[in-house]
Amino acid sequence: MNRARGACSAGGEVSGGYAVRTHRLTKRFRSGQVAVNSVDLAVPRGCVYGFLGPNGSGKTTTIRMLLGLIRPTAGGHELLGMPMPGQAGRVLPAVGSLVEGPAFHPYLSGPANLRRLDAADRTADPRTTGRRIAAALDRVGLSAAGNKRYRNYSLGMRQRLAIAAALLRPRELLVLDEPTNGLDPQGTREVRSLVTRLSQEGVTVLLSTHLLSEVEQVCTHVGVMRAGSLITQSSLVHLRGSTGTRLRVETSRPEAASAVLIEHGLDGVVQDRDGVLAELGSNEPETLVPALVRADVPVRGFACVRPTLEDLFVSLTGEGFDVDG
Amino acid sequence: MSTADDPVTAESRGGGSASERGEADPEGPASVPAVPPGTGTGTPTGRAAAGCASADLAGGCGGRRSGLRADLRLLGSEILLHLVRRRNWAGVGVLLSVPIIIAVCVRLASDGATDGPGPVFLASVTDNGLFVALVSLSMEMPLFLPLAIATISADAIAGEANTGTLRYLLTVPVHRTRLLIVKYLAVVVAFAGALLLVAVVGVVVGVSLFGGGQLTTLSGTQISFGAGLWRLALVCLYIEMCFVAFGAIGMFVSTLTEQPIGAVIATVAVAMVSQILDTVPQLDGVHAYLPTHHWMAYVDLLRDPFTTMSIRPGILSALAYAAIFLSAAWARFGDKDVTC
Repeated sequence: MNRARGACSAGGEVSGGYAVRTHRLTKRFRSGQVAVNSVDLAVPRGCVYGFLGPNGSGKTTTIRMLLGLIRPTAGGHELLGMPMPGQAGRVLPAVGSLVEGPAFHPYLSGPANLRRLDAADRTADPRTTGRRIAAALDRVGLSAAGNKRYRNYSLGMRQRLAIAAALLRPRELLVLDEPTNGLDPQGTREVRSLVTRLSQEGVTVLLSTHLLSEVEQVCTHVGVMRAGSLITQSSLVHLRGSTGTRLRVETSRPEAASAVLIEHGLDGVVQDRDGVLAELGSNEPETLVPALVRADVPVRGFACVRPTLEDLFVSLTGEGFDVDG
Repeated sequence: MSTADDPVTAESRGGGSASERGEADPEGPASVPAVPPGTGTGTPTGRAAAGCASADLAGGCGGRRSGLRADLRLLGSEILLHLVRRRNWAGVGVLLSVPIIIAVCVRLASDGATDGPGPVFLASVTDNGLFVALVSLSMEMPLFLPLAIATISADAIAGEANTGTLRYLLTVPVHRTRLLIVKYLAVVVAFAGALLLVAVVGVVVGVSLFGGGQLTTLSGTQISFGAGLWRLALVCLYIEMCFVAFGAIGMFVSTLTEQPIGAVIATVAVAMVSQILDTVPQLDGVHAYLPTHHWMAYVDLLRDPFTTMSIRPGILSALAYAAIFLSAAWARFGDKDVTC
């Protein structure tokens, strides 16, 4: 199996192929609404891909199409290099998924629910079922839940059980739709470290989420959906690099400070009452501090500000996390 | 959460060839890891495999015994789901109450119910306990049995859709055709179980209250108790066939909605409307085509010698209904967008 970890570290060319590749994937519902519009998703193998977008932007519909649950009205896609849905029977055993929250039989226990899912998998070996279920439950910290009926599970336990179901078999690709939904901070941390560990083992993860902090901590790539279209897609490093670091000088003499910065060739210099804001560009901040001091600028504060992902996100979608009509 | 090197991940390093061996040889390595992309022939998939899924159930498809075993495993899981639901046991309780109530009531009314109008065979109950089973089945036929078959068949897909488990089953993956076939087979088994329980309880209660011995057929002749049991078995088989065919309608309705209650009500309504239409003399011409029309034909199995004159069209009707509505369910479900 080609588990190209290297594919992810760099922001440029992909060497290990794609775990998910869509070609102008489109879904127009019968109502005429275009939920997903010509999306070209490219998730390199081995990476953790943060799939972002406001509510109603088409993320879940895209994920449902990826898994063959709904049929695209146009376009197509491949999972792990094989065409879907034609090769679903061969591809999907290698794909673990969590789609729109957990769903299990309420009157069965957690392990019994997992046993049922395993029984449905014609490529699974029944002799290893017990061991695999125990291992999966252990991985998500549910071993203690024992034989409680699913209906008595808390939301966090349900979420964990759904992740355990996704880990029931060794996977090459995990499609996780908001996996930390309903988890307490401790559970959220555990899921993040689990995702990181799985990624280190070579599993590709497509992570749909609302939490930008989650993306910053675990993702190597991001794709941003808005109103059914994929408006940007790149590695996190690349995305970060595309918007430069900004310099903030706090001083009582903004005019003097801006003169020095302009003299050093900084762009986008903006003055306000308390200081100056400028694009750092290729300048080295450590050369600017002495220059400012030499020019008798009383420096109260000096900071290089990297744009947060939230800033990027807002600049891309033109808004915060509001529901798209 | 555990360490990184637990079995789940250890297995993931199994490699491609192991998976191929696992496919071809059921006694192969204990771990059947994820099927690697681009290698081997793997599991047949897509709509082209639809025929194969059904052939597997019949033991065909190139003698892929491991495939058959996997299908039986899923069938077992389905039957288990029927067995763990309290709703189903409540339904069985209602079905079983009928023979018990009939037997006890007839016994208590010591002069018997030999005169006056009543359900078929009621008059014969005191003659032979076997008739408790037969009279129970005939009394349950208009409503209880349709309710039973509708509950389990119309819930098959709609129920899974309603709880959301359908999306996880389909992404396991379970091919939609395979799921439909296995679910239908589970309905067949579950209904047979319910029917068998009614018959057994009817016979046991009946024989213990009224005795067994020789049995008078509808033609007035006497047959042995053993032959009577065989007749009862044939009756059960015929009723099973009729209702399982009706269950195909339930399966189809089940693919139309995500509301299991609605699907069950709609299916029961079909049975009710069909029975009402069957009593309207002006509609004489269409009676033979109604799904419930041939249900009562089982009485022919209690004549001596038994005739198949009305049984045969009943079998044809059942086969036609099963074929038409299972095909419709397959066509509908195969294309359906699962958005729940």
